[in-house]
Order: sequence, then C-alpha cells, then structure tokens
Amino acid sequence: MSLVFAGVCSHAPGITGRKDRAEPQVRDAFYAALERMRQAVENARPDVLIVVGAEHFANFFMNNMPAICVGMAEHYDGPIEDEAWLGIRRHRVPGAPRLARDLIQDVMNDIDLAYAEEWKFDHGIMVPLEFLTPRYDLPVIPVNINCQGPPLIPLRRCYEFGRALRRACDARPERIAVVGTGGISHWPATPDSGRINERWDREFLDRLLANRREELIAYRDDETWREAGQGGFEIRTFIAVAGATEGCTGDLWFYAPIPIFAVGCTVAVMRVSSR
Amino acid sequence: MSLYYTQKLLFQLNRDTATVRRFEQDPEGLLAEYDLTEEERGALREPDIGLLYVMGVNGQILMHFAALRGYEWSAYIEAMREGERKHGPVRTGLYTRAETR
Repeated sequence: MSLVFAGVCSHAPGITGRKDRAEPQVRDAFYAALERMRQAVENARPDVLIVVGAEHFANFFMNNMPAICVGMAEHYDGPIEDEAWLGIRRHRVPGAPRLARDLIQDVMNDIDLAYAEEWKFDHGIMVPLEFLTPRYDLPVIPVNINCQGPPLIPLRRCYEFGRALRRACDARPERIAVVGTGGISHWPATPDSGRINERWDREFLDRLLANRREELIAYRDDETWREAGQGGFEIRTFIAVAGATEGCTGDLWFYAPIPIFAVGCTVAVMRVSSR
Repeated sequence: MSLYYTQKLLFQLNRDTATVRRFEQDPEGLLAEYDLTEEERGALREPDIGLLYVMGVNGQILMHFAALRGYEWSAYIEAMREGERKHGPVRTGLYTRAETR
C-alpha cells in the first residue's frame, strides 16, 4: 500500500491570522487536534504529502481556469499574503516533480488534468502546512480543484479524481500521505463572514466519514450555495479524499464552529489501513 | 467584460510585488492598461472596498486587496456592509443575495 495517510482539515486564513481573537479554549482544542494530525502524518512516515486544496486566485484566474491542476514544480513559495496578516512567515516548500509527473500521467488515464511547474501557495495550502509540516521539510505535491467560481467540476468527478489518484499512488513504491483542505459551510470574504451552518456541516461529515459515495455526490451546487454558502463549494476537496479512500471509513477528531475563523473548524482522518 | 479586468488587476496586485510597486508609483499608468469604466477606476483608486464588493468582485480576490490597502479585518467586513447600504445589493456574481437572484 502506498497511501499511508489520508485526512481532511480546514484552511481558513483566520486560523493563523486572527488567532488572538478566538475564544482560547475552543481554539486550543482545535490546534491540539491539528497537532494530533501532524503526529499521525509523521508516524505514517510519508515520503511526500499531496495537499488537495482550493486556492483563491493565487495562481489560477478566469483567463485559463483549470478544473483540476496538479503541481509539478521543484519548489513552491508562500504565502502570497502579507506575513503579518496571515500570521505565517514566507517559506520555500520542496516539491516532488518526478513523482508528480508520474502520478499526473497515470491519473490522466481516467481524468483530464492541468499541471503547473510554477505555483505560489496562498493560505489554502499554507495554513495546513504550518500545522502539519511546521519545518516545511516534507516534499509537497499540491492539487487545486477550482471551487471559487462556476462552472465547477461536478462532485462525482471529484470522487473519480480521488479514485484515480489512489490507483496512481498504489502503483508507486513511495509512501504517500494525502490531506484534503477546504471549508464545509461558510461565507468567507462576505459581510456574512462568521456564519456557519453546523447542522449542514455535521450531516456532510457523517456522509464523508462513512464514505457514502452516492450521498456525497448528491449535493447540488444551488442548494449548497443557499444552505452552506459559496464557501461550501470547497467540499470538492473532501470528496476527492473520500474517492482516494473508497471503502474506508474515517473518524472525526475535531469539529467546532469558530466564527472569527469564518468556518466550522474540522480535523478528520480516514482509516486507510481498513481498506 | 469590465468586471473581469477589475478582478484581473486585483489578481495581479495580490500575487506580484512588482505590480504593487507600480500601483504605488504610477497608479494611473497601471489602471490605463486595463479596460475599466470610470466607476471601476475610481473604486480601485480610492479604494472603495464596498463598491468593489457590490460590483461583484470575488471576495477571495477583494479580501487580499483590502489587506494590502491596510484594512483591518473588522473594518474590511464593515466596508462591504457599508457598500451594500450605500450602493445597493451586489450586482452580479456569487454574492448576489438569495432574494435578488
């Protein structure tokens, strides 16, 4: 087995940028769950970490927007944001270009992909890395699923992408960890920032952690927009991880709405060994 | 396509320090390179974060621009609310209110 770890977590910029404004008890419990996830990643001894994220126009724009793009660069610089605003210092993150190239080639048997040899990280990847690889020494392969503006890739295709990624990983000798990162319900960067639909989030997490594919891909974007905000489109990243761990269930390590972080803060891990 | 170019300029500002320097040193020269309306040029110059939000600029693009222009978090959220009060509901894009869609 080449996939040695799979999980999901939140990435909102407030998690690091506005940490002093959160209620300390819930914030520290969230940070402790992320630290537990870091430990679990480390214990899995991965050679590389694939981060399936939803970037926010740091690289991709409407002049040429890929539905899914995989990074094939030697290294990645980030964050693009002001260091003080995000609460994360600039780092150069090592890539894994040869493995990325082979994975991309393999996945393309099933799913069309874009690739990029140049890529700047924004909070969507930097916030998870700050907690999960704080020394920034684990090679990373970034994956971006466009979740920001329609037309968006259908959810069933995200699941299919996850499946294809898993098949490609299984054909490799490397030990590979994958982390999906996005929000569940949230209304980021709007006057409604801080609004969170906890009921919707918990229902989604139930479907995700039981890995019930049909229920995961049954969400319609217009309903998601209404009930979970435009930020809810980012469930695509979690659904890709579900596809990569098809047949496995998962455990919720943390969930709590933290309004100043503008998202229901989530840490969950799939039992990849149970496959 | 004017909103597209407003967002494109903001996209460049958000990720490219050389574009930021140009915006500080020669804003009119930079603005002239994009196909913008007078209202858009004014909103970018001022900056009028609330008006840019109402115009339909994607929030993930606008958030970084607001930070670049020194808006503290609460002031940035308030600027969008003030924009809706002053200029009316969001005109297009993802943030049009449910009742106006």
